[in-house]
Amino acid sequence: MRGTKNMQPIQQERVQQLLQSFQNKKVYLHLEMTTGAYASHRDKSKLTASVFTKNTVIQYSHGTIAGNGPYRIGLKTEDGWVYAEGLTHWDEQEDNQLIIAGHDQQGKLMVCLMLSETPF
Amino acid sequence: MERHRHIVVVLPHPDDESMIAGTLATHIQQGSLMTYVCLTLGEMGRNMGNPAFANRVTLPQIRKRELEEACRRIGIQIVRMWGYHDKMVEFEEQGELSVKIEQLLMELQPSLVYTFYPGHGVHPDHDATGAAVIEAVKRMPIQKRPTVHCIAITPNRKKVLGEPEIVNDINDFVEQKIHAIQAHQSQAQMLLDSLKKEDAASHGQHSTEVFWIYPFD
Repeated sequence: MRGTKNMQPIQQERVQQLLQSFQNKKVYLHLEMTTGAYASHRDKSKLTASVFTKNTVIQYSHGTIAGNGPYRIGLKTEDGWVYAEGLTHWDEQEDNQLIIAGHDQQGKLMVCLMLSETPF
Repeated sequence: MERHRHIVVVLPHPDDESMIAGTLATHIQQGSLMTYVCLTLGEMGRNMGNPAFANRVTLPQIRKRELEEACRRIGIQIVRMWGYHDKMVEFEEQGELSVKIEQLLMELQPSLVYTFYPGHGVHPDHDATGAAVIEAVKRMPIQKRPTVHCIAITPNRKKVLGEPEIVNDINDFVEQKIHAIQAHQSQAQMLLDSLKKEDAASHGQHSTEVFWIYPFD
């Protein structure tokens, strides 16, 4: 199994280097945000909402991680943008994959952005 | 509890089975053979363990191992994983899924099936799984149809469906049930919390599991 370490707090400089290494290449994107499937079941005032896209091929010319934590990432593609906010953790990978997520206080995933040279 | 030769359980997520582990373990102790078809690997789960030891990429394989361990702890003899994608069951071609389930039921000839009550599963995967099972059973010749015991977890379930016909006393299996839930290490805290919540809302103790018999006409 890949992922030599568990999810770690984001190291901004390392992530920035990886984002740059993917620039101007065709990469597979996983982008996700979720309140959890039971959000409204557990609390009627909440709306259950989520989106994800998996293995969408993109190419960006410029990728940046911004903020002081939680972080934001923006990827400038030829015709538009990819954006994620609330990013707290990453998993350092040995190969050409970037796994970044935002976990809430209970450790539950709320947002996830992943890039890879091979499909997820 | 009535004795059954072969029981089939069809649920979408690793850990769904552990929430009815008391009932399943009771059947197995009575000598039933059990086949569990788990449709997905729960790869879109939000819980990564606390502290997190999984991530979006590693979660499916971790949950697969947790599922195998939980089934060992319950005593389920046969586990089949059908490899559908978590959250996407309702978007699969529904006819295809129910045909696949029908073939499974014709092959195994169970006298009892466990699944979710369509429309009362809360999670869309639960509802789609239940609906596909019901469709499959409806297409079977009446004399071959198994009884279907459904899990219903909507808040209005009793209002719509009436009182559950099946109330299983699982006092002797509570420890085994908790042990099975704990096998789902990445999800355990969330599961134990919701078990507590569910329970406080119903009986005040973790001693029964309830099911509704699906009314085929």
